[in-house]
Amino acid sequence: MSELLKYPGESKNDTLSPEGKAAAHTRRVFLFKLAVGLNALVGAVLAVPLVGYLLGPAAKKRSNIGAWVNLGSLGDFPVGQTRLADFRSPMAVFDDGETGKTSCWVRRISEQAVQVFAINCAHLGCPVRWFAESKLFLCPCHGGAYYEDGSRASGPPERGLFEYRTRILGDSLMIYAGNLPTLSTRASCTEKPLIQIEPASEVQTASANTAEPATRSTTWQG
Amino acid sequence: MAGLKIYKWIEHRLGFVPTLKAAAEHPTPSNNASWWYVFGSAATVLLILQVVTGILLALVYSPSANEAWTSLNYLNHNIALGWYIRALHGWGSDFMIAIVLIHLVQVFLFGSFKYPRELTWMVGVGLLLLTLGMAFTGQVMRFDQDAYWGLGIGASICSRVPFVGAKLVHLLLGGPIIGGATLSRFFTLHVFVIPGLLLAGVAVHVLMVLQHGVSDWPMPGRLVRRSTYEREYHELAQKTGLPFVPDAAWKDAIFAAAIILAVMACAFFFGPFGPSGQPDPTIIQTAPKPDFAFLWIYAVLAFLPPALETPVLLVAPVLAIAGMLLLPLLAGEGERHWARRPVAVLSVSVIAVTIGICTRLGTYTPWSPVMDAWSGDAVPVKYMHDRTPLEREGAMVLQDKQCRNCHSLDGIGGMRGPALDAVAARMTEDQIVRQVLQGGGNMPAYGNALNPAETKALVSFLMTLRGKDLEPAVDASRELLLEHRMGEAAETGSSTAITTAPQNGSNAVKAGDQK
Repeated sequence: MSELLKYPGESKNDTLSPEGKAAAHTRRVFLFKLAVGLNALVGAVLAVPLVGYLLGPAAKKRSNIGAWVNLGSLGDFPVGQTRLADFRSPMAVFDDGETGKTSCWVRRISEQAVQVFAINCAHLGCPVRWFAESKLFLCPCHGGAYYEDGSRASGPPERGLFEYRTRILGDSLMIYAGNLPTLSTRASCTEKPLIQIEPASEVQTASANTAEPATRSTTWQG
Repeated sequence: MAGLKIYKWIEHRLGFVPTLKAAAEHPTPSNNASWWYVFGSAATVLLILQVVTGILLALVYSPSANEAWTSLNYLNHNIALGWYIRALHGWGSDFMIAIVLIHLVQVFLFGSFKYPRELTWMVGVGLLLLTLGMAFTGQVMRFDQDAYWGLGIGASICSRVPFVGAKLVHLLLGGPIIGGATLSRFFTLHVFVIPGLLLAGVAVHVLMVLQHGVSDWPMPGRLVRRSTYEREYHELAQKTGLPFVPDAAWKDAIFAAAIILAVMACAFFFGPFGPSGQPDPTIIQTAPKPDFAFLWIYAVLAFLPPALETPVLLVAPVLAIAGMLLLPLLAGEGERHWARRPVAVLSVSVIAVTIGICTRLGTYTPWSPVMDAWSGDAVPVKYMHDRTPLEREGAMVLQDKQCRNCHSLDGIGGMRGPALDAVAARMTEDQIVRQVLQGGGNMPAYGNALNPAETKALVSFLMTLRGKDLEPAVDASRELLLEHRMGEAAETGSSTAITTAPQNGSNAVKAGDQK
């Protein structure tokens, strides 16, 4: 066997003596290397499903996350007021218990104009509270403050409140909810218009006969 | 005799008792049989306590988002001594963090991380991070309101990572929202993954201590050199050496007993931590707060300017950990004694004072608005005396518009904004009006929340707040302007003075329009 390995470059152990080369190429050494290689291969194949399982939660496409949720009748949200609404996350599964519930702030601007804000502060996700008298959302954690339209007023947040996409279907208010709202998993579309009003075609179904002139609360009305 | 026989029978088969005996009795330089060298062993004993109490808690605890909070209350109230095991586990965790930190500072100040113990230090840094990981995941196990919103904070921090933020959030939470999957994975981390790494890491850490010996007491001027240190240490150990057990270990044993006793006492007298309110995110009347060990981070997050927050959050921990890991490689030789390492002493002092102050601030969160101060705290009577009806109306506005949530009067109320007791001595009426209506300097604008009558009343009340009868603030520039105009009038006659005034006025209006 050893004369087969005489040619330089054929093996890395050219510096070894012929006996050494022979010892490094016995059947046992070959079988051991084969066994190690086989295990590496099996391990690699096994790792695919294991890692896939581990990374599963991150694999979902963002567009797949979320669904339209009914927040209830529009009548529950008087024009000019901002009220708390609870809903069960459409993403909640069997063992989420009460953590599957979520709150949001609904601001009824006019008959057909609604803003729905995530409860989570844009800074670090603590629950913001609405103060109707000073027209501010305040965060208890680090004092982030937002104006009634959700825009940033002061404190550590870099941006305004996260806003859900809304839709008015007949008498009911729908929002599109999915992810826990954070800076990279926002509740709404990427850019944040001041007031979201769905195109007229989508709100045609709303009862037209009750339409009043939009009474946006003026600064004096409190 | 029978006992000895059984021992010999077992030992013949086990075969490692002599090795253990030799390890326990290895000679250690007599100068390190000191009370300063007891913290590492105490941390290990606390880890064992945590493992034992953790296993006991797992007998009852239900790691399901549906039941975790209920099972903790069940442990507290329905299981005999359940409250005490929870208290031991909770206090044990606080003690363990404290002892690990003291151990770290001691090793750092004694220069024990230098050659040949660099890797021992690096493994130790890993153990510190794992200990903090246990503390954070343990806070999640106490599945209450603080745990829920703490997870939200964790997710919000992850979401700031560029490009992969959303994926990290989903990995952290195990899904799109905080829920059952989140608790399950934190349970897995807290009970299987991190303890496994921690125990393995402690084994490596201790084996390395045996390999290189417990570091000798540092002496000023006795420098560590790669070429000579090991020979010097070996000679020292041979010449002055004491068997580690029992001559040095008795101090470790006594200190460990004292620490365990302290944990038991705290657990007995102060009881278990929480759980606080149920983890229902629709209960928003809560002010979430992290556990004691993380309060300083909570404080730092309140003070970082918004634009710096993401870079600091993502870069600072990497730099801090890298710095700690690289320390023994960059300073592996030379002086060990603290008296000759002023930078080391200064660094420890500055870091300790900073973290201490931030922790202290975190206990009373002066940056947070006091959510019920507007309805709960009275306007001090002395500020209502001898006030006109308009001024009293202003006090009403002050309360009603929730100014007190951020501003205190007579020491009561929020501390986010400045106290208002002497506001009129600092600001003129015009300045107060501008500040109230336009905000600025971390105050929201109230232009949309106040009507002119309310503004007038509020400002007239604020103008009465001058502390202990300080002089009201004056606008110094006004006087100068007046003097200037008087001078001009005297020079050129009164007609120009009259014409300049309206010109200035129209300029101001123009500037306003352009905005």
